[in-house]
Amino acid sequence: MAQITKVETQNQIRSSKWPIERNTEAITAWLMASPAMILMILFLIIPFFLAFYFSFTNQRLISPNPTEFLGLQNYKQLLTIKILRLDPIMTESGEPVLDEEGDFTYIRERDITRDPDNPQYAGLQRWDSWDIGKTRFSLLASDVVFMKSLINTLYFAIVIVPGQAGLGLILALLINRRVKGVNVFRTIYFIPVVVSIVVVSILFRFIYDGDNGLLNSALVFITGGAFTPIDWLANTTTAMPAIMLMSAWQAVGIHMIIWLAGLQNIPFTLYEAADIDGANAFQKFMYVTWPGLHNTAVFILVTITIAALGLFTQIHVMTRGGPLDSTSTVIFQAVRKGFDMQNIAYGSTISVVFFILVLSVAIIQRYLTREKSS
Amino acid sequence: MNISLTIKNKRRLSAFVRYGLMIILALIFALPIVFMIVSSFKPHFQLLQDSSSLRAFLPVGDLSVNNYFDAFARAPISLFVFNSVLVTVVTVTLGLLVNSMMGFALASMRWKGKDVMLLVIIATLILPFETIAVPLLMVVSRLPWIGAGGITQGWLNSYHVQIIPFIVDAFSIFLFVQHFKSQPYELIEAARIDGASWLRIYAQVIVPISGPVFATAAILRGLFMWNQYLWPIMVTQSEQYRPVMVGLGYFYQLSTSNTTGILPWGEVMAYLSIITIPIIVLFLVMQQAFIESIASTGIKG
Repeated sequence: MAQITKVETQNQIRSSKWPIERNTEAITAWLMASPAMILMILFLIIPFFLAFYFSFTNQRLISPNPTEFLGLQNYKQLLTIKILRLDPIMTESGEPVLDEEGDFTYIRERDITRDPDNPQYAGLQRWDSWDIGKTRFSLLASDVVFMKSLINTLYFAIVIVPGQAGLGLILALLINRRVKGVNVFRTIYFIPVVVSIVVVSILFRFIYDGDNGLLNSALVFITGGAFTPIDWLANTTTAMPAIMLMSAWQAVGIHMIIWLAGLQNIPFTLYEAADIDGANAFQKFMYVTWPGLHNTAVFILVTITIAALGLFTQIHVMTRGGPLDSTSTVIFQAVRKGFDMQNIAYGSTISVVFFILVLSVAIIQRYLTREKSS
Repeated sequence: MNISLTIKNKRRLSAFVRYGLMIILALIFALPIVFMIVSSFKPHFQLLQDSSSLRAFLPVGDLSVNNYFDAFARAPISLFVFNSVLVTVVTVTLGLLVNSMMGFALASMRWKGKDVMLLVIIATLILPFETIAVPLLMVVSRLPWIGAGGITQGWLNSYHVQIIPFIVDAFSIFLFVQHFKSQPYELIEAARIDGASWLRIYAQVIVPISGPVFATAAILRGLFMWNQYLWPIMVTQSEQYRPVMVGLGYFYQLSTSNTTGILPWGEVMAYLSIITIPIIVLFLVMQQAFIESIASTGIKG
């Protein structure tokens, strides 16, 4: 108590010896934090846990029936895959039955999955198959479209992550010089970033068009007419690469800027020392620049990966998952099931799987940045 | 003499190659946007014809603003723009207030629960919106709202469903915490000795010297809100509340096959230009602030 009557030094105000002061500080802090806290709980934390909860139920957006608890059934429906081993159809004499082209013939997968004698295959559909020797291995999945979407999403990420990060680094290295006009180039490379991906997607629908598209015109012009125009988005093999190219075009400016910030954090004295040691440009990059960019690199790779796994808008605007599900993605399926079909439970299950993907990427980032500091 | 000449030539050559590369890249990044703007002034058939030559990027031929008139006649563009501006401005403004107050409490004040709060915020940084979109749809469809017509259930088809869930933003809070922590604590102590309340210190000492971080948060959030797509397609079934990106649906039908013949591309380009050019101009005017905002997202690693 005596302390209160003392003349307070600055330290004592800060110290915990003045309970009234501390109380008002804590109360005001709670008051100032509470709007953000309440909004966060309501619109971030509760939905996050609800995603897990709904994934164990049959919750629908609107339903007259009470919600039921289903356990792991949604996950089973989403993730089950089985391999089916099929031997060629034989005649009674042990000769294989051949089709008109002289190939072996097999029982159709659906004759097995629909056969009540094979309950372990019930509800599964053919995803893909390979013939090894005489034996056919059929891959069955309970949600083939989701499996394709998962593969498409990973395909997109595997190409776009190194591609976009690498292109961003090249751009950053090009403009990281004090030469004339460099700011103009930086501005131009950055402009697509401020253009909405929705706008970009529609613009590129024209660019990729099969009849009048600019890409075809350009390729025909460059090859002197040797190139046959393609309808890029209507083709199962070209649709996804076309979307990748466009996505990198739109977002690479972000990573250029982040690389640039990383480059400018490397002390100039290191380059001077390398000069004195007689290092060439390549050696300087390998031994000064690249090690200095370690944390920037990890950050960029992780942010691009997480964004790539969430691929949705481009798909929804350009292809709606087509042709033949070749551009469907995880989030596209989450929205299809959760919103279009109002199956909140199944959409939530997909969201949980997506979250696990993102979380693993974040854990890998943790591991990579820790390795450096030790 | 000879040697220095070759070195000089070598330098020149490498500078030449570098500029050449930079110019080609600049064309790749700029031409699609040039094409969009130029095409918005061309009639449909000329637009299609020009697309097979360099004329696609040149303002030549029969130029007019007819596409813009037609686009306005086809869709309630003013309404969509109004909706987007309203939702963006209100969300960003409220967000600056709410997130900076949280940031201040975390950075400069002592209270129990602060450490837990910080942990939660850092954890949510990696949580993409896509993870919670579907369950959030369920939440907002059940929340009550008190409006002019009394209490109603469900937030779908409204402005607030597009605003309130996006006010709080973990990354903005993170930016504010970083910035406020870097301010000299003596400022706050001096104000405390003068008898200023915490709220006053926040409003009159800290906020006035934090312009740049507010600008950064506003730019990042503003871009995010203006470009929103996934959420509004789920919650704005009714046209009245639709933002610009969803309003685009007026101009193209669902089809993956060759679409150039069918779509009113001149009008589409006009619409794209209307919702894009203001943002590009804003970027060109405040370039430094934009680029610093993006650079700031990289610091957290």
